[in-house]
Amino acid sequence: MTGLLELLGLGASAELLSLSGWGGNLLRGLVNSLQIAFGAFGMGLVIGLFGAYGKLYGGKVTRDLLAIYTTVIRAVPELVLILILYYVGSDIINKISAAMGGGRVEINGVAAGIWVLGVVQGAYATEVLRGAIKAVPTGQIEAAKSYGMPAFMIMRRVTIPAMMSFAVPGLANLWLIATKDTALLAVVGFNELTLETRQAASSTRAYFTFFLAAGALYLMVTLCSGVVFARIEKWARRGQPSLKGGTA
Amino acid sequence: MTSVKALMQPHRIVMMLIFAALVVWCALSLRWDWIPQYAPLALEGLWTTIWILAVSTFLGFLLAVPLGLAQAIGPWYLSIPARTFCTIIRGTPLLLQIWLLYYGLGSLFPQFPWIRGSELWPYLRQAWPYAVLALTLSYAGYEGEVMRGAFSGVAKGQLEAAKSFGMPRFTMFRRIWLPQAVRNVLPTLGGETILQLKATPLVATITVVDIYAVSSRVRSDTFIVYEPLLLLALVYLVIAGLIALAFRRFEQG
Repeated sequence: MTGLLELLGLGASAELLSLSGWGGNLLRGLVNSLQIAFGAFGMGLVIGLFGAYGKLYGGKVTRDLLAIYTTVIRAVPELVLILILYYVGSDIINKISAAMGGGRVEINGVAAGIWVLGVVQGAYATEVLRGAIKAVPTGQIEAAKSYGMPAFMIMRRVTIPAMMSFAVPGLANLWLIATKDTALLAVVGFNELTLETRQAASSTRAYFTFFLAAGALYLMVTLCSGVVFARIEKWARRGQPSLKGGTA
Repeated sequence: MTSVKALMQPHRIVMMLIFAALVVWCALSLRWDWIPQYAPLALEGLWTTIWILAVSTFLGFLLAVPLGLAQAIGPWYLSIPARTFCTIIRGTPLLLQIWLLYYGLGSLFPQFPWIRGSELWPYLRQAWPYAVLALTLSYAGYEGEVMRGAFSGVAKGQLEAAKSFGMPRFTMFRRIWLPQAVRNVLPTLGGETILQLKATPLVATITVVDIYAVSSRVRSDTFIVYEPLLLLALVYLVIAGLIALAFRRFEQG
């Protein structure tokens, strides 16, 4: 293995990327990135579910407020939103802490990243889930209502399972956006993969090695997610006739 | 477009009043005294944002057409590289791509004396060529995928009809295939262009002074945090609105 790498002239790169060298930092960054992406995606789903219900069944004021939320978030660059939400979040926490008699609070990078990206993801998830819920035949929801099911049970037993197959492709896209958006947190100084890479690259001057390695890591996450989401979609579509024809 | 009547519902009037009050409060109680000093720089930054957006979408689209075509009908030795390119671009963060090009190429080029001696060197020493290159490649990667769908979506009968008229292949492409593909894809292109607009502030991280960089400079010079950011968000909202409006015109026209 080592001989082969030497032969290809990659010995120096392999040494730089080894786990005891900078490779460990890169992997730590990747773990941070994935943590933030998971958290933000989950938070986005929760916001999106409530947002979609609000947009579909909410009162006039709720609907208008949600329309403003989704429009503004989707029209302003993520980088700007990240800065605004970051400062707002840390200001609020510090105000609360001051009111309770505490000092300045050091904010956990992962938590801040999840909060910031979660709010952004929520806007996109609202639109995805709204479309998916609208695609569920109304007859099914009406039937559930006529059985006297409470609203939450309808959501859990009818709407969510029935909308899954419509929502999964959009959600897969959102997950990919979430993983890539974590890179933006580098600008605010979180130690996720991109920033770790840049630090490693600028201290060793091996820019190509590290940026290509990080690119490969991101690509691996993307490709694995593609496989996982294909499985999930297949599961969500179980029992539905395939659109392509052939086996259902 | 929402009509005036739709806006004149009681709850919307109340919301607009609250919004107006909020704007007035912002104007009166927040600090805006830095604006006159930074206005010239901000205009320059705005111009940089807009031209980088325009150039990279235009070049990116030109690159996306062959990428889409290669994936839709190309032989395997063209379609596989095209697909790989699109997957890599879409699978990695743009920030990483920008930094790879800027820091990577930027540290590679000075090692070659013939590049340093060439007439391009004064440009290659600046940051904007890398910014434009990265944004162009990114747009091409996303659009190549979109154009693939668009090219395969054009009805076969149309192409067969053109062929039976004895049209040469290039004329057929120019007159029938491309126009129809572009027309089908215009709504998507509008959305993608807004996404591209939202990607432009990333160039500020490699020292290109766009509108975002100007707001960061205001923040670091004066320690005013929210005002420049709010104004910046407003600027992007307006540009995104204008792009959406322009594409709606295109679609109807």
